[in-house]
Amino acid sequence: MTDKKKLRIATTSLAGCFGCHMSILDIDERLFPLLELVEFDRSPITDIKHCGPCDIGIVEGGICNAENVHVLREFRKNCKVLIAIGACAINGGLPAQRNHLDLSACLTEVYLTEPGLVHGHIPNDPELPLPLDKVHPLHEVVKVDYFIPGCPPSGDAIWKFLTDLISGKTPELGHGLIHYD
Amino acid sequence: MTDTFQLDGVAVPFEPGQTVMQAALAADHYIPHLCYHPEFKPHGSCKLCTVKVNGRTMASCTMPAEAGLEVESEIEELNALRRTLVQMLFAEGNHFCPSCEKSGNCMLQALGYDLEVHAAGFRHQYPDRPLDASHPDILLDFNRCILCELCVRASSEVDGKNVFALAGRGNTKHLIVNAESGQLRDTDIALSDKAMQVCPVGVILPKRVGFSQPIGERRYDASPISAQALADAPRPPSGAEHD
Repeated sequence: MTDKKKLRIATTSLAGCFGCHMSILDIDERLFPLLELVEFDRSPITDIKHCGPCDIGIVEGGICNAENVHVLREFRKNCKVLIAIGACAINGGLPAQRNHLDLSACLTEVYLTEPGLVHGHIPNDPELPLPLDKVHPLHEVVKVDYFIPGCPPSGDAIWKFLTDLISGKTPELGHGLIHYD
Repeated sequence: MTDTFQLDGVAVPFEPGQTVMQAALAADHYIPHLCYHPEFKPHGSCKLCTVKVNGRTMASCTMPAEAGLEVESEIEELNALRRTLVQMLFAEGNHFCPSCEKSGNCMLQALGYDLEVHAAGFRHQYPDRPLDASHPDILLDFNRCILCELCVRASSEVDGKNVFALAGRGNTKHLIVNAESGQLRDTDIALSDKAMQVCPVGVILPKRVGFSQPIGERRYDASPISAQALADAPRPPSGAEHD
């Protein structure tokens, strides 16, 4: 049992609010037994900027701009198992509420015509990734292996899902842990 | 001695005229369902209640119970189909649970939970469906309509008002309001109407209620829909329970 190789996990937030990452922290003191089993690669927890070869990738948020697509593809390329976590990653969530609207109309209203904006302009710094016409859930861009629903999923749901997965079971949430809100 | 049929290998008694669904619920056996409501004539449209009867798939809410039928319901093949149906209903509307007042009281959501539907499964259509907030006391959010026709049935059969109808065909089918303006304020709907109580999802909502019943203390928080449906099922009064 000693020196058993730890599973390597990467996490990121794309078009999300980091709420799912806050929920990952909500597994609280169980983080310590978890860290007996896993180590973190790219993640807001480690501040590593690029994802290396990993066993599990956990992606929060949908795809709303060009950079999101690059990061997601980096995760898919490097992670044996990819998990979409939270409503936005699974069905677009809150950012996708703009999907029935025209993108330029959204930008115009937010930055130009909204009352109170005097010298507003639509941000055009070349460092800003270009927004996509529509917000997409992850599975429309890459193959996703597992989904943990919730907005955000609770710390208990994340714990149950990850421990099922790590112990080789098909992850199940069950009543009280599965939520779409 | 009443007649029985077999449901997943268990004998279920039935009264003449009962459907497979009615007999199953009365005998404490849950079959997933969405458009079926015990107080209304079955509609048979959502297909969540599909069972295998002697090897053929049938809607259990419309299938008359017959002696000796071999009915299968709680099998992975059917639950996989039910998951797909739930995913399709989610994909064709805008079911954004995190901002929905009905969350926790919603049958579609509760079915997704009970069937362990984790993934979207399909490309979401994100249709553009404006709200009707014209009525002083009632909000209509068409984004969540699953076309079960329960409000249509309740308004015409119980309330005698015909406030709602379905218009269009196929992918363009949608719920409409029976008024020249098309707006709810120009109908005689009232908060006390049956049509206000039957929406399984979050389309027909009384205003100024919102989240007064907190998330976490709602209908399907206490127990899953499979248990709730059995608790709610109409049963013939037995001697012991009758007072």
